[in-house]
Amino acid sequence: MNKKFVLGIYDDEDVLLTAIENIRAAGTKIYDVFSPYPVHGIDDVLGIKRSRLPIVAFFCGLFGTSFALWMQIWMLGFDWPMIIGGKPHIAIPSFIPVTFELTVLCAAFGMVITFFIVSKLRPSLRVNVFDKRSTDDKFVMAIEIKEGVTDLSALNNLLRTNGAIEVNEKEVVK
Amino acid sequence: MTEERLIISRKTNNKFFLMIAVGVVLLIAGIIFMASGVGAGHGEGHGEAAAAGHEAASWSKRLFVNLWLNNVYFTGIAIIGIFFVAVQYVAYAGWSVLIKRIPEALSYYLPVGAVVMLLVFLFGGHDIFHWTHEYLYDVNDPRYDPIIAGKSGYLNTPFFLIRMVVFFALWILFFNWLRRNSINEDIHGGTSYYHKSIRISAMFLVVFGVSSSVAAWDWVLSIDTHWFSTMFGWYVFASWFVSGLAATTLTVIILKQNGYLKHVNANHLHDLGKFVFAFSIFWTYVWFSQFMLIWYANIPEESIYFLERLGGNEGKYTWIFFFNLVINFAFPFLVLMTRDAKRQMIMLKIVTIAILIGHWFDFYLMMMPGTMRADAGIGFIEIGTALIFLGVFLVTFTKGLTKASLVPVNHPFLEESVHHHV
Repeated sequence: MNKKFVLGIYDDEDVLLTAIENIRAAGTKIYDVFSPYPVHGIDDVLGIKRSRLPIVAFFCGLFGTSFALWMQIWMLGFDWPMIIGGKPHIAIPSFIPVTFELTVLCAAFGMVITFFIVSKLRPSLRVNVFDKRSTDDKFVMAIEIKEGVTDLSALNNLLRTNGAIEVNEKEVVK
Repeated sequence: MTEERLIISRKTNNKFFLMIAVGVVLLIAGIIFMASGVGAGHGEGHGEAAAAGHEAASWSKRLFVNLWLNNVYFTGIAIIGIFFVAVQYVAYAGWSVLIKRIPEALSYYLPVGAVVMLLVFLFGGHDIFHWTHEYLYDVNDPRYDPIIAGKSGYLNTPFFLIRMVVFFALWILFFNWLRRNSINEDIHGGTSYYHKSIRISAMFLVVFGVSSSVAAWDWVLSIDTHWFSTMFGWYVFASWFVSGLAATTLTVIILKQNGYLKHVNANHLHDLGKFVFAFSIFWTYVWFSQFMLIWYANIPEESIYFLERLGGNEGKYTWIFFFNLVINFAFPFLVLMTRDAKRQMIMLKIVTIAILIGHWFDFYLMMMPGTMRADAGIGFIEIGTALIFLGVFLVTFTKGLTKASLVPVNHPFLEESVHHHV
């Protein structure tokens, strides 16, 4: 299905931030904003909720801790008990370094893999670049046009009065 | 940007003096109890030790050890103030400009710390440091100790005193130097003070890197004269640093809650919280590195240190040993883990207070087993001395805070700090 977008092109970070606020206040839903670099505070004005990735990291870390402890206790305490350095079979202090490493490993990998899955990043991914200048020196604000809407002058005006230097239309093949 | 002057009301100051007064009363009560033989918290130990032919620790010994413990703890927090500021300068940090006057003022305790340290060592050195006894070095004396005698090239009173005086002189010199630049910057403006401060900070960090480690060996490690640990300099530094950070954060929050530091917001607290969180883990890392190697190698001359703390000395220190780990690692680690906790004043307040108490116990655990043995306790003397030191520290610290604007008005990175966003 094809989708139509109106693109507002901006060349100033501060103008962009106020524009986003005004346009959202006017009741227009912004599809996304593309910028050549991370803009401070843009998440807040766009109303993007905080990532829940840290929760994933916590549980992956917790899994790493319990897995490492279980593995070492089971291996050295039950499956194949060995006396090492005259210590008891289950000598917790000597398990701590491995536990720490596995916690970090599981948290880090779990977080990266979850991020890839959630954001649908995969090798075959084809990305629609709305405007190539958003990788260079312009900020691009994309607003999706609802089906059946033909009169875009109001939207055009809204974008221009809020400092867009250019307003384009673009059709994207999904 | 306008100046913000802190005003410490007479009422607040009276509270500090009341704290000192209560401390003195408790201390005197503790001394009287102990001198008359009903010492708080060590009744049984006293009797057994006396029965075994040992003389139980006297009240004066307990007093000197407590003075030393509190002074090392508060001097550490004071020197961390200037260390933190120096690190911020060298790192070209912008975010911390709004709060830099607080760690700066922490160091106002240094001269007091120097005097107390010197006096306690001169009058109570024998009570705290076993190695100060002359007979240990006399081959003809039955109490001659070849191991300690072998260390006498380093561990002797004159050299110890020289190191102490030199370190304090250098620390106070660098503190005054940086502080003067910082205040002159307020008055005259311009970037020359900033660049000069970076050079002073770089020099200070080199000095501090060496002196903090050596101070840790001298003031804490040499109490257990036979024992040694190459991690010890780091260990004491980590303890000091996290206490200093907690003190800074707590002060920022209290000032903010009293209407000062208007431009400080959740973003600055977040960064301070990250510092406290990270260095609690760093302290644990050093703690564990020291513990595990000794536990694993299990060499008697090394493991005696942990035996004295885990079950030894009539089990007096076992609970503190575990309490230390819970309050200084598990608690801050779990509570400050989320972003929201680091941005909320109440959470940070609870954790920083816990850390400040926890690291006092950390120093308690470092010093008491080697000096008071099984006669240690936490009674009127401990609480009284701690209150006196806290009161004196707060008086000097808050007086330092009032001496300059809380906002360094002409700092080149001030604007960046105001707009700090994480």
